[in-house]
Amino acid sequence: MLRLLWLVPALPFASSLVLALVRLPRRAVAWIATSSIAASTIISLLVAGSFLSTPPAAFAYTEALWRWFDAGSLHPEIALYLDPLSLIMMVVVAFVSFLIHLYSTEFMSGDDGYNRFFAYMNLFVASMLTLVLADNLLLLYLGWEGVGLCSYLLIGFWYRDSDNGRAGRKAFIVTRVGDTALMIGLFLLFHRLGTLNIQELMRRASEQWPIGSSAALAAALLLLGGAIGKSAQLPLQTWLPDAMAGPTPVSALIHAATMVTAGVYLIARTHVLYALAPQAQFAVAVIGAATLLMAGFSALTQHDLKRVLAYSTISQIGYMFLALGVGAWPAAIFHFMTHAFFKALLFLGAGIVIKSLNDEHDIFRMGGLRKHLPVAFWTFLIAGCSLAGLPLITAGAFSKDWILWGAYGAANGSTGLWVAALTGVLLTSLYTFRMIFLVFFGEQHSQVTYRPGNAMLIPCLVLAFLSIVGGYMKAPFASFLGTSLPWNSKVGAIPIGETASGGIAAAVFFLGVYLAYVLFLRKPNLTMAVASSRAGRVLHSLWSSDWAMDWLYDRLFVRPLVWLANSGKSDLIDGFYSGVAWLNKTAWRGASRTQSGRLRWYAAGIAAGSIVLIAVVLFL
Amino acid sequence: MTLVWLLIVLIAGGILSGLFARWHLGLSRWIALAAVTFDLILTLILAARDFGTAHPVGNQWLEEVNWSWIPQSGIHFHLGIDGLSLLLVLLTLFLGIVAVVISWTEITTAVGIYHFNLMLILAGILGVLLALDLFLFYFSWELMLVPMYFLISIWGRERRAYAAIKFFLFTQLSGLLMLIAILALYFAHHRATGVYTFEYQELLGAQLSPHAAMWIMLGFFAAFAVKLPMFPFHTWLPDVCAEASTATNLVLASLMAATAAYAMIRFLLPLFPDAIRTAGPAVTVLAVIGILYSAILAFSQTNLMRLIAYASIGHLGFVLLGIFSGNSLALRGAVVTVIAHGISIGALFLVAGALEGRTHTREIGAMGGLWDTVPRLSGVGLFFALAALGLPGMGDFIGEFLILIGTYQVHFVTAAVAACGVLAATFYALRFVQYVFQGSNSHLWHLPDLSPREGLLLGAMMVLLLWLGLYPQPVFQTLAQAANHVPTLWR
Repeated sequence: MLRLLWLVPALPFASSLVLALVRLPRRAVAWIATSSIAASTIISLLVAGSFLSTPPAAFAYTEALWRWFDAGSLHPEIALYLDPLSLIMMVVVAFVSFLIHLYSTEFMSGDDGYNRFFAYMNLFVASMLTLVLADNLLLLYLGWEGVGLCSYLLIGFWYRDSDNGRAGRKAFIVTRVGDTALMIGLFLLFHRLGTLNIQELMRRASEQWPIGSSAALAAALLLLGGAIGKSAQLPLQTWLPDAMAGPTPVSALIHAATMVTAGVYLIARTHVLYALAPQAQFAVAVIGAATLLMAGFSALTQHDLKRVLAYSTISQIGYMFLALGVGAWPAAIFHFMTHAFFKALLFLGAGIVIKSLNDEHDIFRMGGLRKHLPVAFWTFLIAGCSLAGLPLITAGAFSKDWILWGAYGAANGSTGLWVAALTGVLLTSLYTFRMIFLVFFGEQHSQVTYRPGNAMLIPCLVLAFLSIVGGYMKAPFASFLGTSLPWNSKVGAIPIGETASGGIAAAVFFLGVYLAYVLFLRKPNLTMAVASSRAGRVLHSLWSSDWAMDWLYDRLFVRPLVWLANSGKSDLIDGFYSGVAWLNKTAWRGASRTQSGRLRWYAAGIAAGSIVLIAVVLFL
Repeated sequence: MTLVWLLIVLIAGGILSGLFARWHLGLSRWIALAAVTFDLILTLILAARDFGTAHPVGNQWLEEVNWSWIPQSGIHFHLGIDGLSLLLVLLTLFLGIVAVVISWTEITTAVGIYHFNLMLILAGILGVLLALDLFLFYFSWELMLVPMYFLISIWGRERRAYAAIKFFLFTQLSGLLMLIAILALYFAHHRATGVYTFEYQELLGAQLSPHAAMWIMLGFFAAFAVKLPMFPFHTWLPDVCAEASTATNLVLASLMAATAAYAMIRFLLPLFPDAIRTAGPAVTVLAVIGILYSAILAFSQTNLMRLIAYASIGHLGFVLLGIFSGNSLALRGAVVTVIAHGISIGALFLVAGALEGRTHTREIGAMGGLWDTVPRLSGVGLFFALAALGLPGMGDFIGEFLILIGTYQVHFVTAAVAACGVLAATFYALRFVQYVFQGSNSHLWHLPDLSPREGLLLGAMMVLLLWLGLYPQPVFQTLAQAANHVPTLWR
């Protein structure tokens, strides 16, 4: 069964190719696109089953497909590597993508770019599967760039509006800034360790580099550069909120299954490197903590339903980074999984709401939708509770509590990080229930014009189910993943236990819900008053503009570069050659003017020349 | 003998094509196409014969012809082919076919003379790639020049006279420097050994003082650097590309650049190893500056052909970096980039030509939103823009990655800065896609989509690029057959 592994990325690739090349009727397009991902999911489940029932030696299976090229010292293979980490990623990515594809068949049904949409979507999934299954960093980089490309194509999918194009280019370019760091990291690793095979690299790194060596630090930081770009962490998070320009299923795919979790995966995949570079690992934790707080504040002030969710993703990925940074490796991957379920569901629910209200995005113009869209309401509520962490029931609570506990009790955990994570819980429940109350409760502001069909509702129900039961998989999950990605515990005594940490988090969650209820449902005037005070206005504009970082980057990088390009447009170097040409022409003109045909000028010229010559002879 | 036939078929094809155009234009085109195709098949047979075998030890060249030409001066008609030249001959002939086919509808005046010139240029390029005698090499080098001047000045756009003279001055002046360098090498070798010869293999061991070697190397380098073109001698290329016809641009940017890169690898590196080691760092710095400079300039261009020309200069900066960084991975990357760049930039010129054929303009400002009306052409344009920005899975990526990873081993700052060039390529490539294909169709274009002929050519180029990106092993294997001649490949 394991030998079928290559089909998992190959099927979406193949269907993407077919959809790009052949013009087919809509039904066929939907069928090919969805069934290829379905087949990919089934095969990945079969592979997973076989992996679990008869584990291969050392819990890892490598499938070499072909030798990519052999350029002497560098000879990477196109090979897939399956271990518990990549297996979990593969199954979740394939399965969630399948549900999103199913949903899209209805969501996009009125669009004239149906063919193109699914060709891109399949390529997206294929790239992500290649990324997680890659056995060497070069192949991973191929998937990595493919994911970036598809995000660009899909964010700018509705290309007639140039703003969408701008958002797409922003996503591609900002993530490519990180990719450049990643690429240089690859050069460094190859230069020092002589291979790009991930397992071999990790082995050689731990053999050759002592803990705290500068090479390990540089490599880990460069890879981190790539990871923060893709995962939209500080300071490269600015592309993600704008990425909402794409169709809603695309957002679901980017946030839940493909793309943004790639950075988390990369760091988990190369965790040996981070263990060798404690400063880099600490940087991961700090970036995660800072991002989860900043994005949480930003989410509180957004008006666009999808932008709230975008900041929420940035914040949740921040949690994963925090977990990676403190050494709570399995918690990060567990949160990736639960997050994939509930975030996909939130976006799919948001898609239903937006489509039913005739493309209305502003949450202040929604309201009271729980009676009109009951399935959407209940599933959205479940996902929201999971996101905010309703204790004991929802999957999100289990994974978040685990991270919270890790922030305190894992190897690099500290009180400061724990408090940051706890503040994040408050912010999360506050913005989540602000969104839920404004959209589904209160007065109705817009008319419902569309009712979702089964293709859109079934994925929501499945994901709602998983958003709850996913949490109960924690124990088997931990033991399974532990074979490739162990939890790093803290040395010494820990004053508070995991249960106590979870209890405090639960209390904070309810506090957040209550505050949201008061601020946005009971007494919205109070909120308005706070927000319109002087300090409130400053904070509001700061938060809603993502801490003014877009503004800053625009002034610092974009405008100078564009100015430079436009001012040098006519190629200054050519000025030199034009100068030479001009000089020649001028000299020619001067010389040709002497040939006037007037005898007296010639005579005068000869006389003057003779005088000069005689003078030269006499005086020099 | 195959090598001589390659040249004879091209030249005879050119003459016949020129003659028959008097009676029938279609026939003239078919003759040219047949000549290039015949050559390609011949070369493919040659390539298949020795593919994968270890390099023959006794006979160092896969195929060789050595006739005495002017014995008094030690001039031979000496041709030879190995893995390196084989790859580039294949590229030349493939793109030669493309050039003939895209001229089918674009060139309607003086068809016979056009094909005669085109065939002569291709023969000149093959001569450069095959010559093992420096006199013959110079002869072929100049053979490319004059017909190219005519292609630009007769079938160009509005400012074609300016462009043609600019091209001629740049290449002729630098070619003269090379002639002086060749003669200097010839006489220096005679002074040391008492033998007058232009033979490549005998000159390889020429004893030169470091000072003389540096000056002679610079003479050669001038010609190659201008033709590549390298920053800061690049300014003729955008000006010419803005005016010349599509096929001319293809030959200029894809093939002439390939000959320059080839000449650097074949002649410069083995003839003057010490001088290269001294001058290498300076050249790599210029290469990196060129990569970034051209990317930024490409970003602001409004003329489509000019934009592609700057993109081409950027990629050739990578080639230069690969050749001069002194690392075998990087050098191999340079060869792959020459091939991939030839195809991807050539295809972009084709796309631009297809757009010009429909909209009658090369200005980006007059386009926009074309996806609405020509979705297939737009998709193809997107594909090649992605190849140009170095997307993994396509040939350009393999080449540039190898160049960078090889350069890193020698000097990591150079590699890191050059890696930003890959990022900078994103800017212009996405801008190209945005302002040509995306956005709203505000000019209300209603155009025919890809014709079968265009689709076939561009499709073949797409397949080749993907093949180079996903399984470039045959290229590396063929290149391995150049082992004995280019020792620096294996340093």
